[in-house]
Amino acid sequence: MRLSRFFHRRDHDANLAQELDAHLQHEADDYIAQGFSQEEATRLARVKLGSTTRVREDVWQWNSLAFEGILRDLSYSARTLLRTPGFAIMAIVVMALGIGANTALFSVVHSVLLKPLPFADPDRLVMLYERSVDTNYPFNIIAPGVYAEWKKDAKSFQSMAIFGSGSYNLSGDSGQLPERIEAVRASADFFPTLGIKPAYGRVFDSSDDQPQAEATVVLSWGLWKRRFGGNPSIIGTKILLNGSRYTVIGIMPAWFAYPDVQTEVWTGFHREIPPKDLTALDNHSFNAIARLKPGVSLEQALSEIDNISRHLREQYGANLPAISLGANLRLLLEDVIHDFKTPLYVLLAATDCVLLIACLNVANLLIARATTRRKEVAIRAALGGSRWRLLREQLSETLLLCAAGGSLGLVLAYFAVRWLVGVRQDIAREEAIRMDWVAIVFTVGTTLLSALLAGLIPAFSTSGKASLLALQESSRSHTGAQGKTRLRKLLLSLEVALTVVLLIAAGLLLKSYEKLRSSDMGCVTDNVLTMRLSLPETKYAETAQRAAFFEELLRRLRSLPGASFAALVNVVPGQGYGGDNIVTIPEHPPVPPGQVQIARRRFADPGYFAALEIPLVHGRIFTDQERVERADKVVISQLLARDFFPNEDPIGKHLVVDLNLDGHPRPYEVVGIVGDTRYHISEPPQPMMYFSMSSGVSRRAVIVLRSHQDVNALAIPAQQVVESLDKDLPVAYVLTLNQLIGASTIEASFTSTLILAFATLSLILASVGLYGVLSYLVEQRTSEIGVRIALGAQRDQVLRLMLFDGLRPALIGLVIGLLAGAAASQLIRRMLYGVRPLDTATFIAVAVVLVAVATFSCLVPAWHASRLDPMRALRVE
Amino acid sequence: MPRSYKSQKNEMLQGTLDMLILRTLITGPAHGHTIAHVIERTSDEVLQVEQGSLYPALHRLEDRGWVSSYWGASENNRKAKFYKLTPAGRKQLLAETSRWRQLVGAIGRVLGEAQG
Repeated sequence: MRLSRFFHRRDHDANLAQELDAHLQHEADDYIAQGFSQEEATRLARVKLGSTTRVREDVWQWNSLAFEGILRDLSYSARTLLRTPGFAIMAIVVMALGIGANTALFSVVHSVLLKPLPFADPDRLVMLYERSVDTNYPFNIIAPGVYAEWKKDAKSFQSMAIFGSGSYNLSGDSGQLPERIEAVRASADFFPTLGIKPAYGRVFDSSDDQPQAEATVVLSWGLWKRRFGGNPSIIGTKILLNGSRYTVIGIMPAWFAYPDVQTEVWTGFHREIPPKDLTALDNHSFNAIARLKPGVSLEQALSEIDNISRHLREQYGANLPAISLGANLRLLLEDVIHDFKTPLYVLLAATDCVLLIACLNVANLLIARATTRRKEVAIRAALGGSRWRLLREQLSETLLLCAAGGSLGLVLAYFAVRWLVGVRQDIAREEAIRMDWVAIVFTVGTTLLSALLAGLIPAFSTSGKASLLALQESSRSHTGAQGKTRLRKLLLSLEVALTVVLLIAAGLLLKSYEKLRSSDMGCVTDNVLTMRLSLPETKYAETAQRAAFFEELLRRLRSLPGASFAALVNVVPGQGYGGDNIVTIPEHPPVPPGQVQIARRRFADPGYFAALEIPLVHGRIFTDQERVERADKVVISQLLARDFFPNEDPIGKHLVVDLNLDGHPRPYEVVGIVGDTRYHISEPPQPMMYFSMSSGVSRRAVIVLRSHQDVNALAIPAQQVVESLDKDLPVAYVLTLNQLIGASTIEASFTSTLILAFATLSLILASVGLYGVLSYLVEQRTSEIGVRIALGAQRDQVLRLMLFDGLRPALIGLVIGLLAGAAASQLIRRMLYGVRPLDTATFIAVAVVLVAVATFSCLVPAWHASRLDPMRALRVE
Repeated sequence: MPRSYKSQKNEMLQGTLDMLILRTLITGPAHGHTIAHVIERTSDEVLQVEQGSLYPALHRLEDRGWVSSYWGASENNRKAKFYKLTPAGRKQLLAETSRWRQLVGAIGRVLGEAQG
């Protein structure tokens, strides 16, 4: 009904005009009948009817739709903006950057941190831990024996599952290339606890999860598609893992990626892990998840398993010193995202700052423009334009700017998110990151809020009184503009303060990153190529077989042309934890009960230390002859010598270590001391002991190759060497040592670079703001400055005057920013490495940079002011 | 304050103009000018129809389907837009009238009691 009226209102109006005309004629006819002249009658009729236009306008408006007024405002705003395209483009780009960065980060934060895990009732899923005996690891991985006790006695849980990660060599029957795939060995409760069903087939039941059961495997969607062509008939057939046949029983859905995206197969926990390994109370090497019973709180569940663990400690602590002090747990979501929470929130906060600065900048630009349009606005207000009307106009203008900026920002955000997912494969739940409708709603909300913020600040400065003043104001005075200048200076101070906070955060993070990159690994890292392999148990069951394989491999690798060094080790520096053992020293009195000596365990060939230039400090390294059963020598790191053998010569002493975890520790004679290396770039070195690779204990090996030329050229020949020894043995993680170490600094590099980018952007915006305000001030005070110069003021005095006028808001902002930055640096404390939160150098550097930039952006307008020709300045008015 | 002065003089209760127009049309179709005159004459010139609001009112009534319109020749042989009561308009008039009577009665009772 209304719409048809709306579309026909032109016809209606013509009709009404005719009707009113007829009315006037009738009325005039009456007056003529009363004896008035034709002219007089027409006049009287018009007077009696009143304004026909008014009647037509009323009906017209009644036929109009509500949004028409808004549309009119918007088209008016669009025309205003088009008249100043420079301003419009600048404001839109600024808003787009602000909104885009904000939306992108929000998408990541929402997908990774806020969205519940895609499992049934995820808020009842918890990850179980033990509190380690040395109290360094309150969330330590668990021992299977402890898990068994929890499972038996704890009443808080509906179900509980144990799993551990590992890897398999996947080989083909018909000459397909072998590959190394990451696997999880999971107990039968694993999938039911998560509440996950396979896409095809079935998951393990308790009969599959037995030591004697037929070997079964569940495939990830990705592996199934990639290696088996996505054919569902694979279910029921057998594939070769580590040379044994496993029946494929199920395929997980494409979205399922637990514990991580790297996992490609799941096998039965109790089928894969020998039962003798499952009773230890002190072998911390597995993970456990559990589902709480409905209505059971985290605290209740925690205190229950903690009591069980404490009880075990009391009972067996005397004989098993590594048994944990107690238990711990946290929500599964919390557990998955734990490492990424702070950095992501910090980045989101940084983008919030950028957006706020963008809003302040646009508001600042609008105020500047409002000042030039002050008279126009005042005249319109005087002619009856209501304040609401004028406010609406201003808001529609910022809305238009922000909407354009928001749409552009959405596009930016889309690409930013795609880029981010590409760069940060290491983020947990990275596969879940996407821009969804929540992100779109967020963008719309942010846009509206920004428009309101940017629009209302200048709107408050155009009060009714001010517009009256604007009309009265003679062009010579500038009192009316002073309020506005004060507001602009305040906005500037805020802008500068936010910029300073961002600069401080960027400075601290960058410095951390630099410290991290330059931290001494304890060995050569340039021109070193690494690749990993693992000998399957089935084919290499005996230690002698493994030792022979490694020795032959090494012999062939050393003859590779271009390889100046070839060595084998089970874990290279920077690769991570790599396993440890409890150590006792027979020459020493027993350590007090409750205390343990733990050292990192490594296996290396005698040439490894020379290859990576790890210095031999004292003694010797084991020889090629000390192999298999005769491999009873150990080389220790300086830190181990210092901690375990203070004030004595460790050479000739013994370390008793249970390397095979078979309950029969053996003594190893210390023959040499080498330099310390780091197992992780951001962690200090730990006591480390090296056993001979030729002991055959380790099944895993990292091939280390060093060359004077491009070491990457050795990758293919080295793989061919492995293939020539065993064609079913895959090689994985072919990386240079620098790449390997760099992967663990990606977080630091990424966060610090992004924050630096945001801080730079803010600095540019703030300096543009400073420049704008001071230019405006100079323009306002042209005549005053002219008078001053005419009366004999020195030009450098004028320069100084204007410079200080412009710098004052920047300095106020700097002080506020430094204080806020000191507070903010405490929040990022955990992301810092080797830098204190209140790093004086960083704070001073930021202050210097800011003052320099501020001075530079104020110098140009101030210089202009000092060059004013007094005659021309006075004639301007 | 010219506006309040004017409204004091001949402000009609909201909606009464609609009712009066409908009542006028019960005797047969009429054009705007006639309607205004009939209202003024039958009220012994007490009610002054503000002609500016007459036409928007007619427009509104037509929109609601209570009157229909056609162009015809007037008594002075001029072209004019005639309005005619529709059945729905007739019903509306009855409803309005009874509502009005109730209102007047109620006000009368209040005033009567206040006096007594």
